[in-house]
Amino acid sequence: MAGVWPRHRSINWRGLWARAMLWDALLLQLGYNATLVAIGATLLGIAAGVTGTFLFLRKRALVSDAVSHATLPGVGLAFILMVALGGDGRNLIGLLAGSALSATAGLMCLSWLTRRTRLAEDAAIGAVLSVFFGFGIVLLTVIQTMGSGRQAGLEGFLLGSTAGMLFSDAMIIAIGGALTLAVILLLRRPMTLVAFDPEFAVSRGVPVHRVDLAMMGLVMAVTVVGLKIVGLILIVALLIIPPVAARFWSERSDRVVLLAGVFGGLSGYVGAAISASAPNLPTGPIIVLVGFALFAVSLLLAPGRGVLAAVLRHMRFQRRVHLRQGLLALAQGQPIYERLTLRLLRRAGLARADGVATDEGRARAAKALRDERRWEIVRGDLAHEAAAALYDGLRDIETVLTRDQIAEIDRRIGGPKGVGA
Amino acid sequence: MTGAEFVPLSLTPLLIGIFAAVACALPGNFLVLRRQALIGDAISHVVLPGIVVAFLITGTIATLPMMLGAAGAAILAVILIEAIRRLGRIEPGAAMGVVFTTMFAAGVLLLEQSDTSSVHLDVEHALYGNLESLIWLDATGWASLLDPQALGGLPPELPRMAVTLLAVLLFTLVLWRPLKLSTFDEGFARTMGIHTPALGLALVIVAAVAAVAAFDAVGSIIVIAMFICPPAAARMMTDRLETQVGWSVLFAVIAAVSGYVLAGYGPLWLGARDAVSAAGMIATMSGVILALAALFGPCRSRTGAPQQG
Repeated sequence: MAGVWPRHRSINWRGLWARAMLWDALLLQLGYNATLVAIGATLLGIAAGVTGTFLFLRKRALVSDAVSHATLPGVGLAFILMVALGGDGRNLIGLLAGSALSATAGLMCLSWLTRRTRLAEDAAIGAVLSVFFGFGIVLLTVIQTMGSGRQAGLEGFLLGSTAGMLFSDAMIIAIGGALTLAVILLLRRPMTLVAFDPEFAVSRGVPVHRVDLAMMGLVMAVTVVGLKIVGLILIVALLIIPPVAARFWSERSDRVVLLAGVFGGLSGYVGAAISASAPNLPTGPIIVLVGFALFAVSLLLAPGRGVLAAVLRHMRFQRRVHLRQGLLALAQGQPIYERLTLRLLRRAGLARADGVATDEGRARAAKALRDERRWEIVRGDLAHEAAAALYDGLRDIETVLTRDQIAEIDRRIGGPKGVGA
Repeated sequence: MTGAEFVPLSLTPLLIGIFAAVACALPGNFLVLRRQALIGDAISHVVLPGIVVAFLITGTIATLPMMLGAAGAAILAVILIEAIRRLGRIEPGAAMGVVFTTMFAAGVLLLEQSDTSSVHLDVEHALYGNLESLIWLDATGWASLLDPQALGGLPPELPRMAVTLLAVLLFTLVLWRPLKLSTFDEGFARTMGIHTPALGLALVIVAAVAAVAAFDAVGSIIVIAMFICPPAAARMMTDRLETQVGWSVLFAVIAAVSGYVLAGYGPLWLGARDAVSAAGMIATMSGVILALAALFGPCRSRTGAPQQG
């Protein structure tokens, strides 16, 4: 036992220290760079979440995958070109410009393949993504052999690397994120319209093709800004996960857009903070995992579309069906063998444990049987066609017909009659 | 180039590249026609967490646990995608995007957190493999092909890839008719008594097996490229499935051979000293083939009829 105590204490200290670091990081107190990265990641997350929502609603979420992978050859070519011109090769603006150009080329190939050939969009996405990425890898190996010391951590663009980021780079990312967000704010109305109902947008005179292009331009901007933080393989997650998570919470497009922005920003901010609080926590993957946590919570807990809500809805429905069938069985004097039905009846005080109805149970059962007979009349009478369409075996007849109508039906059924001798 | 140089240094990587390309291209034909082309993309991303978890559990980079881990991850991903799609009523593309990016991120995080400096396990390796290093040191020339002792020194990836290719081939041949029927007319296939959901799952699993085996040898880029590019290019050439599969195999072989040769010797011709990534070059060549087919293929347009004049 003696050995346990100190080790336990040391773990505790480390936990406290880590928590303090995380707290510092969340409060943006880990120095200029970490703060700038966190701000940049937040802006990037918001921009990605909002842009991604339009893509998601347009059912083209995976186009962003092709765009992001298509940036790699541009990064490589820009590096080679800058070195060939005697420059440093690591200039972030140059690399990002190159990545934007090759992403544009990838996008043009994609739209040409889908529009001019018989390939479906998914095959075209896969083709563009793998070929551009493969070519990018070829260029990376070329750069590796270009001379020692020149290999400027271009691999960092694959998975993002914020460690040892230059102040100017962090600044570029923060500004880029802010600019992208500004453009989104300007274009949000036409983009919502096009994402939701392209035909209606056309009839309103909105240039759908150009709005689509703008949307793709924004996807590209998000990708390019995110290259350094999240990396090109995972940036697509920021464009897909927040919108999908946000979709669970609302049926209204403006709220989904807003919520996706919040989720994206939250993922970026919390992810960057966690990653800055300890070593060996790469920023990109942490941001993605925070986003996935938000998604999982939404999938399970969202009211309406969430799994939990659906399960509860199903159970409530099941209970109503069982109770109704149980009452009908009681009214007709049939024994009940089904356990759930019996338990429900007993819990409602309608039956005893041996399946015999209580007084209240008999009254409710009689009412159920009479309602069933009333429904029969309603369904057999063309005059009540509209009401009959609402019959589902569970609906209370009082919610469909007026008291007068029910009285009329009861008159047709007639009261209890004596049995002739 | 003499046999003494070619056989030990280039024969085995070349064969492995060809086997991997064909093993991926065969199921790729059906995936492209069924609009499931991106399944290959998703599988090749989730392979990473699979092998990392297998490494963390076993502590070695032995082949069998890695393959099992990768296959397990692929199956888990397919199940998760389906679950999210149904539970959340989300379109399949987005569900796929959620699952594979998250699993990939988890894989990268695990890799960074665990101490893998002593073994050769990193993201770059997962992406572009090490086709060039799969050399056959025991060989001295063509005669070594008949020398049992030298054959014992073959890189284990070669027989593994050959077996995988055979398995894929067998699957395609045995289930050819049901596969073809269910791909083109699922309703009709069901009336013929074919269990189409099971067949669809089997196809995805076969694709996953091919992807995992190929991934180990050549990295995930080739896997994605070979699932899609040769079948897509073949689709521009013909309207018949049999012919399309034939073309796709031919294209896969051409891409593998030309990519490998260009990666190994292309830079030498241009005056550079070092070779470039063979995996990347093979993917690039498959793209070139696709571009040519898309520009000049007789059945490239959507109507499907060969164009006149």
